[in-house]
Formats: sequence, C-alpha cells, structure tokens
Amino acid sequence: MCLAIPALVKSIDGHQAEVEIDGVTRQASIQLTPEVKVGDYVLLHTGYAINVIDQAEAEGTHMLLRELSEVC
Amino acid sequence: MKFVNEYRDSELGKKLIDRIHHHSTKPIRLMEFCSGHTVAIFKHGIRQLLPQTIEMLSGPGCPICVTANIDLDKAIALAHLPNVIITTFGDMLRVPGSHSSLQLAKAEGNDIRIVYSAQDAVYMAKDNPDKSVIFIGIGFETTAPTIAASILQAEEEGINNYHILCLHKLCPPIMKALLDLGEVRLNGIVCPGHVSAIIGSYPYQFIPDDYGIACVVSGFEPLDILLCIDMLVNQIETEQYKVEIAYRRGVKPEGNKQAKLLMDTVFEVGEANWRGIGVVPLSGLRLRKRYERFDAEKNFDINPGPSSEAKGCICGSILRGVSTPLDCKLFRHNCTPEHPLGPCMVSAEGSCATYYHYGASYGE
Ligand code: SF4
Repeated sequence: MCLAIPALVKSIDGHQAEVEIDGVTRQASIQLTPEVKVGDYVLLHTGYAINVIDQAEAEGTHMLLRELSEVC
Repeated sequence: MKFVNEYRDSELGKKLIDRIHHHSTKPIRLMEFCSGHTVAIFKHGIRQLLPQTIEMLSGPGCPICVTANIDLDKAIALAHLPNVIITTFGDMLRVPGSHSSLQLAKAEGNDIRIVYSAQDAVYMAKDNPDKSVIFIGIGFETTAPTIAASILQAEEEGINNYHILCLHKLCPPIMKALLDLGEVRLNGIVCPGHVSAIIGSYPYQFIPDDYGIACVVSGFEPLDILLCIDMLVNQIETEQYKVEIAYRRGVKPEGNKQAKLLMDTVFEVGEANWRGIGVVPLSGLRLRKRYERFDAEKNFDINPGPSSEAKGCICGSILRGVSTPLDCKLFRHNCTPEHPLGPCMVSAEGSCATYYHYGASYGE
C-alpha cells in the first residue's frame, strides 16, 4: 500500500501539479513537497508527491552499484 | 521509466548476487518489514537467488492486513448509516470484518466508493454538501501525511462534511514491539522505503543501538533490494551495526520535513490495535482536538458490536513473522484470492496472496 512511483513534474499551479508517468499525464497534490520545481521527479503516492527524487543521489547509488559489482 | 529501469539491470543484479554469496558466511535471518518489499522479492525471484545462509522473513508491514477486525467493523458500521458516502482505497473493500465486509455493505445498497486519493474524497464532499463523506484512513507514515493534507485542504476550503475514520499506524513503534516480543530472532531489518521517505532514517537508530541488529532502508526495485541485502550482510559480517540507506534518491536521513509538519499539525500519537499483536501504546495516530470535527468516531454514533476472528485463519502469527502462509491449513484449499478468509489473502500485498501468486516460483 505504500507504493510510490516516479513522476515527472510538467507544470505547477498552487498546491497542484501536472505530472507525467510513462507518458500519461495526471494531477498530483504537492502540499507535501512545496519545494518542487518543474522538471523534477517526485515519488507519487495516492495522488500526492511525497518526496522529490534526488537525482545526484540516484547517480551516486548507480556508481556505488557498479563499483560493488566489480569487487566481489 | 526513469528511476525504475536503471534499477532492474539484470547484469548488475547477477554480479551483486555473486557478491552477496561471496560475503555471506554466517547463517542469518532478515525481515523485510514492508509487504511491498515482500511482493518485489517474490516477483523478482530474489529469495531463491540468495545463498542458503540468508533466510528472508515477511513482516507486519501491510496496513490492510494489520487493521484489526474491530476497526474494520467500525468502517462497515459507518457504511450502514443514512446520508453517508464511504470513500476508501480499493483493497479495503473485500477485507472481511467480523460479520461482513464493505463490499457486502455496498451490495446491500450502501454508498461506498473507491477513491485513488484522499483529495478525491475531499472533492466528493464538496460536490455532495447534503451528505457526509467519510474516508477510511488506513496506512502507515507514507499515507498519513496525505490524509493530514486532505484535512487541512478541507479546513481551508470550509468543507465541513468531510470526515475520516483514523486508523493510521506507525512503523518504528511496532518494530520495537515485535523485537520486544522476542518470538523471532532477527539479524537485520529491511526498512520500508516510502515510510522512510517521510520519517527519514533517524527513527530506526534504536534498532542497532538497543538490539544490535543491522538496519538498512531499501527501495523497491530489484537492485535496490540487493544493495540493501549486501549492506545488511556487510554490517552483520563485520559486526558493525548501524542505520544505512540503500535508497538515497528517495530517502533523506531527516525525512520530509513538510510532510512531518502537516502530520504533526493534524495528528497526535496514540494507541493502535494491530491484528495479531493487539493494542500497542504510541503506535498509531489520532486527530488532535482542534481537528475533532473531522473525526468520524467522534461525530457518528457507531456500535459495531463484539468482534470475532475467522476460524482457523493465522494471519496474526504470519504478521508477527512466526508463521508463513504455508503453515495455514486453509491456505489455497479453503482460502484463495477469489474466496479470501483473512486480510492477508485479500490485500494484493498480503503474505498469503503473495505466496499464492508467486509461491510456485521458489519451489514451495
Ligand atoms: S491463508 Fe487465508 S485463512 Fe490462512 S492465514 Fe492466510 S488469509 Fe488467513
């Protein structure tokens, strides 16, 4: 039930945003993520953006995964 | 899909699994707290790819499953009141209470509607000013802030016919309660990713500090989970227990401050009734006095009568990690997703439903 999926923020209007998931556009509340900007990715849970995805951290995790898989 | 596909790379996955095989020497038992993790672990066949040293156990992290019958009965009783529209997430509909379910109540002609979001329920209240719209508020810290936001929105827009049945539960206190019960010996916990997106990783510090157990927050893609297991194995092998995050793109140590603020504005911590565990102090949320007018329990007269459990259903001990669905005599014979007897078979993320759908894939 705690499912949340990445969604791209396309536009913002007050507490509401238009987000895109896999090419499908839908409405999302950004009451919990007022710092969000157009172009950010958010974690969308039951119609609410519960966090902004940290792209630098995503890159960092990917580097870590590649490093770990090199050293057994 | 960005931030999804990158974490499903099977080549990287194989290498991580090799690494885990190489590093894991001690027999250990890890619990994935969150039922979303259980589903992902089964779906991607992770259990059978892990070395024999690692045993994975499902935890109580399915909000629908842990809702006690007495609370389900309240939701069903509310549905029978006149001039009421019950709004709920879809999975709740089929969950059997002591005598009925929301689905049966709906078939009897009561107005029960599935919503995608608490915000939809607020709009429904706005569109139906002559009815009371009651939202069945179940969920952990992932969902509770969205409900808080919906109440604040209703307040801001002057909507007075929106109410919630507040059954929200908190994860760290139930983890502590489980560890204190001491029924299952654990070496590490896979902590819930989206609960942690809200609360951060600090609230888990008691797990390594007080119990000497490894603790890593995980995302839900296969590589997230493998990275988490690798980190857990590393902590256990080196005996250096701490709280780590394997899901840094979604979880900050301090969590989401705004979400925590809204949650704290609307709710206060109180006791909650957990299926299989019972009433645990300080493990749930209730509305603060200032928001009492949104509280369905305070504003409607409901008397659900005495509650009872489905005979033979062992959901309670499955949720405590003491049993698995395979220990239930009713599993697959009398209890199936089409004819579920307990919530663990109804919820798409319930352990019984997960074993039912993916059980064959790990040679059970
Ligand atoms: S299989 Fe059915 S009856 Fe048995 S524990 Fe699971 S939900 Fe309950």
